[in-house]
Amino acid sequence: MTMPFYVPPEQAMKDRAEYAQKNIARGRPVVATTYEDGILIVAENPSRSLHKISEIYDRIAFAGVGKYNEYDQLRVAGVRHADTKGFAFSREDVDARSLANLYSQYVGTVFTHEMKPLEVEILVAELSADNRPDQLYHITYEGTITDEEHYLVLGGDAETITDRIGQSFEEGWDFGHALRAAVEALAGADRTIAASDLEVAVLSRQNGRRTFRRIQDVELAEVLGPPPASPPPAAPEAPAPAEQGEPPDPDA
Amino acid sequence: MALPIFGPVDDPGPDFTSLLRRSGLPALPGLEANLTIRHATTVVALRYADGVVMAGDRRATEGYSIAHRAMDKVFPADRWSAVAIAGAAGPAVEMVRLFQVQLEHYEKVEGVSLSLEGKANQLAQMVREHLPMAIQGLAVVPLFAGYDVRRGIGRIYTYDVTGGHYEEADFQATGSGGRDARNTIKLGFKENMAQADAVELAIEALFEAADEDAGTGGPDLVRGIYPLVAVVDADGYAAVDESEVADRFLSLIERRRAERGREPGRGEPS
Repeated sequence: MTMPFYVPPEQAMKDRAEYAQKNIARGRPVVATTYEDGILIVAENPSRSLHKISEIYDRIAFAGVGKYNEYDQLRVAGVRHADTKGFAFSREDVDARSLANLYSQYVGTVFTHEMKPLEVEILVAELSADNRPDQLYHITYEGTITDEEHYLVLGGDAETITDRIGQSFEEGWDFGHALRAAVEALAGADRTIAASDLEVAVLSRQNGRRTFRRIQDVELAEVLGPPPASPPPAAPEAPAPAEQGEPPDPDA
Repeated sequence: MALPIFGPVDDPGPDFTSLLRRSGLPALPGLEANLTIRHATTVVALRYADGVVMAGDRRATEGYSIAHRAMDKVFPADRWSAVAIAGAAGPAVEMVRLFQVQLEHYEKVEGVSLSLEGKANQLAQMVREHLPMAIQGLAVVPLFAGYDVRRGIGRIYTYDVTGGHYEEADFQATGSGGRDARNTIKLGFKENMAQADAVELAIEALFEAADEDAGTGGPDLVRGIYPLVAVVDADGYAAVDESEVADRFLSLIERRRAERGREPGRGEPS
């Protein structure tokens, strides 16, 4: 029988964290922000069937970045948890905070006890009832949980994108405004993302009981449109390009 | 509650009932019979040009007394379908609740809705699982109708206590007053009716059923309680406005009164 080599715990944790970080950073990011009617979530995702953003419950949405099979397993577990809880108690008793805690505990346990950490970062967004602020919970690969009330970025290059969305963010902005800013934040100054490469969904107070709705390509293209004829509203780091050309030039 | 994570082998998939079992919760709890239970009902469904109309009375009875005057027996199953119940009220309402969660659960886990046929089969399984209780006297007989988005038509399914389900061509009624309601619809039914005509016919059917059947409640003019009418078409499920239902009942009563006025002295056989 061979004895395993001794690896100091600090080193083991550091290795795992590095492994997870490296793989998550390769994934395409997700931006979530509150707006006038609720919460807007935007992801760069060319696939129309493998979603990064999904519905969990009446007022709760999920978004994941990293390894698809891993965050999809978490998504399904979230739907199961929420539906079971709502069935056993009442629909009002299902809340994002308890779900986010469960996720955080599970992801944290896997990080410390398993060979391989989950290569995921997830968002649990909840549209508040009454006049309380909406909640955006961010759970990282090692189980750390943080909550935000305004905007949140998951995935690679999160800091830069957070800075960009932070500069344009306005409390209670409208859908079009928020969507354009989120897409610009994802794209950065030197490229544009086509509507067909975006996955967009909202939790909106206009949608009745099930507040989650995907924004489909047609609607998306309408809002994003060709570059606006007038100077684009509040795009601090991307000054308006020449306005006479009809073809959608990349803003740069 | 723990996070329900399963291995690939024992994963319940999008089936909410087996998920509940795995979580140790009874899906449709069994109970000892020999209780007075609430039942008796009339619910109807009929097709019209753009979809289906579904309607049900509001009375629940316990033996010979009225247990509840404003019970809902027509429910949205999901956006594109409706389910109406007849039979023992407790298990029936519980079955509807489970059915609603099941449809939504499937849609969320799988990312697409079940087909209308799939929904009808799912409900049949629930009725079948309920058979032991039906044998003890707690039968639940639902009526399911919806808009088939893929084919662009309204469809109606009836069930028996064993979970057998049958697609109806045009209309169906179930419950203790179902026979009277069905006959009324049969006489007034036309292919490709307009929505307003179909709603009117459903209301007439419930009125006739309440007239003949002790277990079926008619319009309650004193308390302002009227049967529930819903339509499902390409725009999804929508309940017909209560004021519209009330107006239709009132004008129906007016018409009946005027008809009787022409033949003074002749009472109806009791």
